[in-house]
Amino acid sequence: MSAVFAITKRELVAYFSTPLAYVFIVIFLALAGATTFYFGGFFQRGQADLQAFFSFHPWLYLFLIPAVGMRLWAEERKSGTIELLMTLPLSTTEAVLGKFVAAWIFAGIALALTFPIWISVNYLGSPDNGVIFAGYVASFLMAGAFLAIGSFVSALTRNQVIAFVITAAACFLFMMSGLEPVQSAFRGWASAFVVDVVASLSFLTHFDAITRGVFDIRDFIYLSSVIGVFLFANVVVVDLKKGS
Amino acid sequence: MGTMLEIQGLTKAFGPFTAVDNVSFAVQSGEVLGFLGPNGAGKSTTMKMVTGFLPPTSGTAVVCGADVTRDPIAVKRHIGYLPEGAPLYEDMTPAALLSFVAEIRGIGGAARRTAIDRSVSRLQLDEVYNQQIGTLSKGFKRRVGLAQAILHDPDVLILDEPTDGLDPNQKFQVRQLIGEMSHDKAIVISTHLLEEVDAVCTRAVVIARGRMVADGTPAELERRSLYYNAVSVRLPRDRVDALKSALDGIGDIDRIEVAETRGEPAHVIVVARDGATIVETVNARMKDRGIAVEQLYVERGRLDDVFRQITADSRAGLDAGLLTDRTGEAA
Repeated sequence: MSAVFAITKRELVAYFSTPLAYVFIVIFLALAGATTFYFGGFFQRGQADLQAFFSFHPWLYLFLIPAVGMRLWAEERKSGTIELLMTLPLSTTEAVLGKFVAAWIFAGIALALTFPIWISVNYLGSPDNGVIFAGYVASFLMAGAFLAIGSFVSALTRNQVIAFVITAAACFLFMMSGLEPVQSAFRGWASAFVVDVVASLSFLTHFDAITRGVFDIRDFIYLSSVIGVFLFANVVVVDLKKGS
Repeated sequence: MGTMLEIQGLTKAFGPFTAVDNVSFAVQSGEVLGFLGPNGAGKSTTMKMVTGFLPPTSGTAVVCGADVTRDPIAVKRHIGYLPEGAPLYEDMTPAALLSFVAEIRGIGGAARRTAIDRSVSRLQLDEVYNQQIGTLSKGFKRRVGLAQAILHDPDVLILDEPTDGLDPNQKFQVRQLIGEMSHDKAIVISTHLLEEVDAVCTRAVVIARGRMVADGTPAELERRSLYYNAVSVRLPRDRVDALKSALDGIGDIDRIEVAETRGEPAHVIVVARDGATIVETVNARMKDRGIAVEQLYVERGRLDDVFRQITADSRAGLDAGLLTDRTGEAA
């Protein structure tokens, strides 16, 4: 476990050792604010909740999270440091976890810095803080799911740009599977069961349910299992690819 | 202390191409083993398997009782490894990197301070201790890589081309360091510099095309040289023919070579047949004929010569089976 902690610490320091981290956080905060107020109609809604804020998170994450995850393994392979890392006494699982946790903490820091909007909504009205808390948890979990996919894809290539593009595409597919165009494309020929399975794979379906205040433990389990599955795949891919 | 590292039938195939083919040897404590071979012979691949980075196709390596295919983490604990090209996290300082490695190796508290201090002073890293590694010269980077490898005072040190790209002074320092550390460790260094073998190694293993082609002390290898026990003579150029006729008819002489140099003195090499001792006979004949000599010495044998001989042999063998060789090149 101390190895996981050591790697997490190193990766976090690595994130903040370049100006990119600060640029990322500023862009995330600016976009989160802009979408909430301009597109979400935060004031016009006249409701003391953060629906307008959370509903744009999947779309922000679609472009920002792949940027956080792309360097995790691609950079190690490109620079050859993976050989240094993986000949230290630690398991591949520990290395994968350490890196993932660092990236997730980084995303968590960006998310936590949106706290002024929570203060604002409490100042303006009396929202249900339980729902807001659940929304933050769901948003954080979704960032984790995107990151797990990003970390997995990053291990497949030495090229960070390719990792970014493929991760964004994969996350997009996961999101879209719950939307009407995709659903109707399936409804024409597949059974209702298949259509439901495809819909249930969608990030949006699960995420929206939580942020709307429908608290179903299955939505949390879904996001957590996406993280679990992709981290497991990540371990397998690192073991297979590290030498090539 | 006995055997620290034992490699048993180690083989690695990438598709149809066998990069390492049934390599076996053991290294004792106190030994410095030079692992030689032309580029692409499989040196690095062998080292990557021993250090648990690549899984072998078959065979295994046992390090201090731990089998790398069964318990790679235990093996990694006993090994200090400098990968080829000394890859390092360029965004870190040596201070942060050594501390990171110590943490993963489970060296904590006061022990970490001591271990890092010892490594840093051994490799003279004080002046760059807090500089970003990416900004350091090649020599310093290599030394940071070495500092990281010896941090936990490992029983087995595996160094892939530790002096590659260093200037002569730095090479000397690194070799000195290897010599100092060798008394209680088993050290394997890969190199294609033969001077290095003479300078630091107690034993040399040569591989070519993935196969072991020689294993012995540097002296034993030199004995395989065509020039082993040859007699080098420097004398005025107009006396060369006299020397040749004086040496006529000595059975132990294989041939007489005149080095292609201009000016005085001429350099004649009298090559012995099968490494026989010929210096006394040669010397006596020259005295009889009154041939004055400026310089005369016995060749020890030339490692690079032996190296070329045995690695080229194995290549010729492979060329006979052209097809398998071609697929190998393609892979």
